[in-house]
Amino acid sequence: MIKVEHLVKRFGSNYALNDVSFEIGEGEIVGLLGPNGAGKSTTMNIITGYLSSTSGSVEIGGVDILANPTEAKKQIGFLPEQPPLYGDMTVSEYLHFVYELKGAKQPEDEHLCAILETVKLTDVKSRLIRNLSKGYKQRVGIAGALVGDPKVVIFDEPTVGLDPKQILEVRNLLRNLAKKHTVVLSTHILAEVQSVCERVIIINRGKIIADEKTDAITRTIKDGYEYQAKIIGPGSEVVSALRAINGVRAATLTGERDAEALTYRIETERGCDVRRSVFELCREKDWPLVGMMPIATDLESVFIRLVDKSENKAR
Amino acid sequence: MFAIYKREMRAFFTSIIGYAYLFTYFLIGGGVFCYTTLYSMTADVSSFFQYMLLFSAVTLPVLTMKSFSEERKTRTEQLLLTAPVSIPAMIGGKFLACYTVFGGSVLVSSLYFVLLSRYAVIKVLLLLGNLVALLLVGMAFIAIGLFVSSLTENQLASAVGTFGIIFAFLAIGLLSNLLPNEYWLRYVFNSLSIFGRYQSLLSGAFEFSTIFYYLSVSAVFLYLTFRVYDRRRCQ
Repeated sequence: MIKVEHLVKRFGSNYALNDVSFEIGEGEIVGLLGPNGAGKSTTMNIITGYLSSTSGSVEIGGVDILANPTEAKKQIGFLPEQPPLYGDMTVSEYLHFVYELKGAKQPEDEHLCAILETVKLTDVKSRLIRNLSKGYKQRVGIAGALVGDPKVVIFDEPTVGLDPKQILEVRNLLRNLAKKHTVVLSTHILAEVQSVCERVIIINRGKIIADEKTDAITRTIKDGYEYQAKIIGPGSEVVSALRAINGVRAATLTGERDAEALTYRIETERGCDVRRSVFELCREKDWPLVGMMPIATDLESVFIRLVDKSENKAR
Repeated sequence: MFAIYKREMRAFFTSIIGYAYLFTYFLIGGGVFCYTTLYSMTADVSSFFQYMLLFSAVTLPVLTMKSFSEERKTRTEQLLLTAPVSIPAMIGGKFLACYTVFGGSVLVSSLYFVLLSRYAVIKVLLLLGNLVALLLVGMAFIAIGLFVSSLTENQLASAVGTFGIIFAFLAIGLLSNLLPNEYWLRYVFNSLSIFGRYQSLLSGAFEFSTIFYYLSVSAVFLYLTFRVYDRRRCQ
């Protein structure tokens, strides 16, 4: 659906993007992740035709954005970092304007009502945009992006400045959108990518440093697995027995208690699944094993590691 | 383009600008009309239009100052530039909206002469020539205003800048009078002078080169506006 090839964007002698290529299929929900100033917004602005690239090409649904911008833009709904809203219009006037601007073909009133419902704006539709709170404004921006039912929706930091409840609502909305649209969102919040996106493209200093499935990225990049086990038994003895298991690199008591059980943190060698051995050990020693689960390394640490790695390489 | 045109027209009349413009136009226009015809006891058409040129030079920058500056400041231009609308269509929509307000008020004010025709003989062709002259000059002024507005986020700078360029065009004509007769620069200045050409239209000399001149000035500044947007995309 979106094909980006060898995108380069130079501002003077600075490279905002340096040879960025990726492809996004239909119905995918992809997160662009990166620290501030990494080139996320630039990428999105180029995809949507707001900026042009120094070199490289962008195709939306097979249409080149430079060769045929009008056709390409028809397939895109875009919410920029700062929602482009006219404060002097009411929500409903604004959406009618966007509808006309995009030359949408759907039956106007029904289509706009459906969007108002989707983003929960029906109650405020006749209020002036300038008087709405930040959260509502953001939703008006999202609604604007959805007008005309574009195949691709692109959101630049859609949850910035929202309160926690609104953030959850927007994330749910994004997940629902992915059923009908191809969704691309940029963020520097890792939890967002983890909870919403199937795939993540990590950008740092204008270069892609990782492009993988969200759960794969957490798994493949970290150096080893970690598990948490809850075992009823004598603490120090359990720790040394755990350490003796083949493949275990470290085992420690976390200090947490769950009723009688103590909680242990087990670190293993890369790609080594020791759950079976831990279970066997507990059965042998007659220590009831009441719980065990892998600890997902959060994207945060993966991210920092990746960024460090790419920066070291650059040096 | 039509969507942008509608939105601009709405913006004029949901903010104070449209009303302020019309109020001043009719107040000053009415005053000038009374002064140049009723008070002077003549049915002279040209002096009214002469004053209205100067008046438009001052007020049109106010009408155009918001066009692109505001969009740029509030980042709403991002909506327009990522919508399936070409840059020329966006500029066209805004141009037409400003021109509707300007042209509409000029046409309404020319009704004064219809009333006057009950009491005096009005040269209809001369009136039409004068009307066309003002409408053409207004077109050029609006194009200049849109161009300057596309350069800055600051509305005040936009208005002042537009006035500066219009004033330069007017001043060139006055400057040419100071130059020696045969000097080539005098010829160049004369050809570029908005005011000089306007005078010739007002006196009833209907020259195609003059009409072509105003249309070209408008086209050049609209094209420059297009270039501003096109270049900004590439920066």
